[in-house]
Amino acid sequence: MTVKTWLETATQDAERRNLPGLRPLLESLARSTSALRSADWNADATGEPVRTSAPDAR
Amino acid sequence: MPASARTIAELARALRARETTAEASTTECLDRIAERNPAINAFITVLADQALAQARQADAELARGHDRGPLHGVPFSLKDIIDINGVATTAASRVRDGHVAADDAPVSARLRKAGAVFLGKANLHEFAFGTTNEDSAFGPVRHPLDPGRSPGGSSGGSAASILDGMAYASIGTDTGGSIRIPSAVCGLVGLKPSLGEIPVDGVVPLSTTMDHVGPLCRSVEDAGIIFDVLRGGQAPARQPRQVKGLRVGVLRGYFTSLLDPQVADAFERTCTSLTGSGALLHDVDIPHAGDIAPIYLHIVLAEAAAYHAKTLESHSDEYTPNVRIRLEMGRYILAEDYVRALRGRDVLIAEVDAALGGRDVLLLPSMGVPAIRLGAATVRIGAVEEPVRNVMLRLTQLFNVTGHPAITLPCAKTTDGLPIGAQLVGGRNGTDALLSAAAAVEALLSQNQGY
Repeated sequence: MTVKTWLETATQDAERRNLPGLRPLLESLARSTSALRSADWNADATGEPVRTSAPDAR
Repeated sequence: MPASARTIAELARALRARETTAEASTTECLDRIAERNPAINAFITVLADQALAQARQADAELARGHDRGPLHGVPFSLKDIIDINGVATTAASRVRDGHVAADDAPVSARLRKAGAVFLGKANLHEFAFGTTNEDSAFGPVRHPLDPGRSPGGSSGGSAASILDGMAYASIGTDTGGSIRIPSAVCGLVGLKPSLGEIPVDGVVPLSTTMDHVGPLCRSVEDAGIIFDVLRGGQAPARQPRQVKGLRVGVLRGYFTSLLDPQVADAFERTCTSLTGSGALLHDVDIPHAGDIAPIYLHIVLAEAAAYHAKTLESHSDEYTPNVRIRLEMGRYILAEDYVRALRGRDVLIAEVDAALGGRDVLLLPSMGVPAIRLGAATVRIGAVEEPVRNVMLRLTQLFNVTGHPAITLPCAKTTDGLPIGAQLVGGRNGTDALLSAAAAVEALLSQNQGY
């Protein structure tokens, strides 16, 4: 799941659960998750170093 | 300032010299609690009758020659997420209403066996999930030097109880800095030992792979005394160190890039003092320091959410709103990202080990700013406006991720009289060596900078 899809899904679920206060926190978490996924120490099944371009691709 | 402003070591000597008694020392603390706790809110539960009974027993034992060691008759506060048999462990939350601990946590049992007196349970940020104590079902803890500020958290009641003379020492927990942050902003010594050195059973968890138990107190010597009791078993003799020849890796870059000017100045003066006394300082690097916060966040959120998931469904309204919403956030962490964070932890462990290579300790500030004003959501440092939580955790959370032992000790005060701390970090399972180095640095700072 990309971070973009995750954020959309999580935000919808939070709204469904009547937790609107979660939205800004989830947006902040999405930025943190993007940073985590783009770190150069992440494993890659091809054996190549991870290369990420846009956050949506992470 | 009451006599309880003295150290444990000083009290221990006074007790054995018959200059005071455990009952008198305990009574003095209880009187101070009665006087000051309504304003500071450091204690959730005060165990006056039990404490006096423990103190009288301690005096009777000493009178007949039964000496349990340096904590015999010493009045403590315990953070209210640590079980004491027969006492509520509230975790500063209404979720825990009605709870009574069925047994002592191992750390409580070890303190009890060592003759310590339990004054009561100290206030904290609800479930230790925050750095200011503002989100407590029992109201915020206030800084004894400025009631408009936070004494830091989450072990804020512990720190305030010592600074205000209500206790000689306290036991806190540290998952991202919760011993070191309040110790630093209250001018105390706070020790987070190596991961796993002190048992966390009987302690309400926050993050099962990053929780640590440790002491808050007035001196490095006291920290060592308490650490020896908490870890149980036979304590090895610590070798005294001198500052001269101490090999110090100084963490800069990320670690000094977001500091209040007075904190930055105090840190540089500390470095200068060390160099002037013969310590060998070299700048060192953590190449992936920029990844610390994402790694920490994905571990702590996921692990906290796992513990709280059931009560978030059944008792959601009993959490404070801020803690509830942050716990809910953790329930959205994906397994793959948690695993990524664990992989990142291994990277950071290797990098901290490498920074320590050939060195005795690492040195960095304990917190980038002095005590924060209650109610502040952000803090301005130069041109940067940062969330309070980010600033408060920035310099401590790395060593919860990696498990290295770390200690804060006071190094200066601001022009307003607010304490500033310096942090030393040792090798994994090298807490004894860290304490020896910290004692030498403490003596130097005491001599050069008035501490």
